[in-house]
Order: sequence, then structure tokens, then C-alpha cells
Amino acid sequence: MTDREKGQSEGRRKDETDEQKTEAIETEADLDALDDLLDEIDEVLEENAEEFVKNYVQKGGQ
Amino acid sequence: MAMHKVLGTETEYGIVVRGDPGFNPAVASSLVVNSYPGKRVKVQWSYEEESPGRDARGFGHDTYGLIDPEGAVVNSVLSNGARLYVDHAHPEYSGPETYDPLEAALYDKAGEVVMHRAAVAATESAGREVSLYKNNSDGKGNSYGAHENYLLSRETPFGDVIRYAMTFMVTRQIFTGAGKVGKENDRPDVDFQITQRADFFEEEVGLETTLKRPIINTRDEPHGDPSQYRRLHVIIGDANLSEYQNFLKLGTTALMLAALEDGAIPDSLDLADPVEACWQVSHDLMLGRPLELDGGGTATAIELQGRYLEWLSKYVEKELDEPVWRQLIEEWERTLDLLSTEPDKLSDTLDWVAKKRLIEGYVARDDLQWTNNKLRALDLQYHDVDPTRSLYNRLAARGSMRRLFTDEQITDAVSIPPSRTRAYFRGRCVSEFPGSLVAANWDSLVFDVGETHLKRVPMMEPLRGDAALVGDLLDQAEDAADLLRLLEG
Repeated sequence: MTDREKGQSEGRRKDETDEQKTEAIETEADLDALDDLLDEIDEVLEENAEEFVKNYVQKGGQ
Repeated sequence: MAMHKVLGTETEYGIVVRGDPGFNPAVASSLVVNSYPGKRVKVQWSYEEESPGRDARGFGHDTYGLIDPEGAVVNSVLSNGARLYVDHAHPEYSGPETYDPLEAALYDKAGEVVMHRAAVAATESAGREVSLYKNNSDGKGNSYGAHENYLLSRETPFGDVIRYAMTFMVTRQIFTGAGKVGKENDRPDVDFQITQRADFFEEEVGLETTLKRPIINTRDEPHGDPSQYRRLHVIIGDANLSEYQNFLKLGTTALMLAALEDGAIPDSLDLADPVEACWQVSHDLMLGRPLELDGGGTATAIELQGRYLEWLSKYVEKELDEPVWRQLIEEWERTLDLLSTEPDKLSDTLDWVAKKRLIEGYVARDDLQWTNNKLRALDLQYHDVDPTRSLYNRLAARGSMRRLFTDEQITDAVSIPPSRTRAYFRGRCVSEFPGSLVAANWDSLVFDVGETHLKRVPMMEPLRGDAALVGDLLDQAEDAADLLRLLEG
């Protein structure tokens, strides 16, 4: 570990409790956002994934 | 002081004709290139051995009107200085020569817009939907490239490039990967990996690009004065959708090469087996795998990249104290820090992390096996150039990807050339004298101005032909003949 990394990990420990709280909130928000995102993607996703993947064949290039 | 790192990208796009699984990819790619509606000139590309580029306009339905598809080598030069053509049964966009990695990332992004516009026009012309993908693998063992090019001095011994860049190229994958479901090419099984390309690298050094792909490619084609220049042709990268990631990939590599030429890389950090390490790094989603070093001992990819960061931060402070390089160092440091602590936080910066987040979301929500084709479909669709289908674009549109450029900057870069390299001269000539331009090459343009002989304008210096040098001449010239007179004067 370089000095720079050591300094950072000490800094991290100091703020641990605060960070844990923030992270819990962030994680919940992240999950909500992800659910929304997946719902949105459901609407544009290839209808027949099986067929689409089967037919996606490319000639090798460089 | 190292030679200025003029740089650029070239990308072969995946191609599908919907509802026609037996489509001929060479025909379809020719159709795409020929249909592109933007400003361009169809030219003979003079370094190729093929017969003069035929004008293959007039494609119809079904057979697309091509009688001899394999022979229809289609080449065009765009008004942004790029080349749009067919290579190995893929449409390819080779961006213009750019001055710095920000500009290179911008013009690479412009290539996606070019390809989308070409696909829309090809769809209209063919009566079938043509879809293009900015990725590097079909998931069935076939790969196609996204290459980078960097200007080097001819004085730089190529042995030094091999020695000092090898480990850098292998370990940079942790922030250059676009992510892929599964493995290919007989590598060990894996649900998901960091890169599209790693499985295909089988040699340390070599000339090949389509089989037995080498980590360091030795193609010596400087596209400039061969007594002064080399061009390093880097084939081990993934095509990136993320603007930040592309900047990071191009910037760190350009910087590494500049420092290498200046002797500022003190250790080659040799890996015991770079080829094995190549896929090992890509398969290691935990980013903690110890790689065996040649001199004994081990180090992780992040640790090795940390060494380069340390050296190159100092190099920038001493030799290249400019905003673009400071921004790069800051971004690189942030990326390595997050990769070692909370890699998921890079889902707004790195394609592989963004894609992994989406796919893991589906796995969890729908209780899917990693072998489910829905996940492979998601993987492919991340790269679709059609913004309504592209999953990258969905993320970007909702603010989930950090952006470096505005949509307007990208659209401008589709038609306007970069101003600080010879691409400026090429692009302006395409815009203003399209009828007189008959052949092109990276290092020359050939004009037909109605005289007995064609006139060739050599462009052997990548930094000459920029706006500062020829902008006024181009503004003054009434036609190509006038331009040639002004250039001679």
C-alpha cells in the first residue's frame, strides 16, 4: 500500500459511522432507481431474446 | 520532450439485417457505407490494392442491387476528416487524427452518430431493418476490433514499446473493458467478464490482427513520414460507449507512450505470462487476483496500474502541465481508488460496471440463470447504435452515465473536422471541393482539377494542415484549382 492509499484508508475509518448511515440510504435509493431502470428497459428489450441472440452471428474481423 | 501524441480510433461495428438471418455481411456493410447521408466523398483509397473504389450507388431491395458484393470496396472520406468504409465484412469508422484524448473521445463518439444515420438510410434503401452494434464480439467466438492509434517517434526503439507497454496494456483492461456475458475461445467458464476482447489474445507480440491476436501489434504503417514517425496500432481495447471511459483509455495510453519515449517509466513490471494474465484480469470481477511477476512475487492489476499512475502523475507535473492531462490524472486516480474500494460506484463511468449492474439487476429480479439468453440479449443491446434501443443510451438519457460532451458537440463533430491536425485540411476539402477530390489516404489527397494529370497533395506531417496553417487559404480558395495554386504559392 502506498502512503497515498494509507492516508485514504485512515480517512475512511474516521468517517465510518457517518458513511455507513449515508451508504444505507444511498443503497436503498440505488435499488429503487435500479428497479425503475429495469422497468424502463423492459419496454425496449428485444422481444424474442432467444431468436435475437441466435441470429447475432458476426464474421470475425481485426 | 516526447513527440506530440496525435491519436485516433478505428472501430468495426457489428451488423445485423433483421428478419434475414442469412444476410451477406459484406453486402449489408457496403449498403450501410454507401447509404450514409452526411457530407462525404466516395473516393479511391490509394493505399489499398483493390481496384479503384467503385461507385456502388443504386442499391435496390433483396440483393441490395450488388452484383459483385465482395468486389465492391467502398471507401469514403467524411467532412469531419474520418474514413467510413467496409473492412472484413463490417462497416468501419476510422476517426480523424486528433490533438488530445478529449478530442479523440469526442470524434469516436461522433462515429456512433455516423453509423446510426447510415443504418437508418440503409434500412430505408433495403426495405429491411439494418442494426449496428458498437461492440467487439458476437459471443460465439467471433471478434472484431476497436483499435487505437498513437503517433510515436521513429527513434523510439520498438523493443522499448514492447518491453514497457506490455504490462500496461494487460492491466489497463480494468478500466477499458465494455463487459461481456460468458467466455469465448476456450477460456475458463465465467458468468461475466470485464472485457469483450481479452479471450481472443493469444500472443505477446505479432503482426496478426484477425487470428492469434497479439497484445502488442507490430504493424508498421506510420501514415506519415516513415523516417520520422511510427504509429502504434493498439488492438487490445474494447469499443467504449462511455465518454469518460474512452477519455481514460486514450489518455492514459497516450501519456504512458509519451513518458516511455522520455525515459520516464523506470520499470517494465514484467508479468510472468502476459497472455494468461490478459484473460485472468478480464475474468477477475473482484479485481484482487494476484498476477505472477517475471522476477518473482505477485501484484494485482490495480496495484500495477497504481505504479503507472504514480510515475505518470510526476511526469505530467514536470513535462505536461496542461488542463487536459491534469484532468486525466485526476480521473485515473479516482477510477483506481474506486476500483479498489467500491467498484460498483463506477457504474456511471465504466461500461463494464454499468452493464454488470443492469444484468445483475435482471438476474436478481427475474431469478435468471447466467446462461439465460435474455442476459446475452441485454449485453448486445447495450451497444446498439440506435438511441431508442441502446441500453447505454437509456442510462445516459436518465443521467446515469457521466458525460464529457453535449449532444450538440457530438453532432458538430460529425461534420466539422478537428482544427489542430491535418484532418482539418482533409475535412474542409471534402466539404468544399467534393467534386474535385478523387483519391485519399491518411497522408495525401488527390485532386482532379481538369488538367492532364491528377494533382497529389502530400500530408506527411500529422500536425501540418491544421486550421492555423491552411484555414485562411481554404477560406480564400474559390475552387480546388485555386486552392492548389495558393498552396504552391
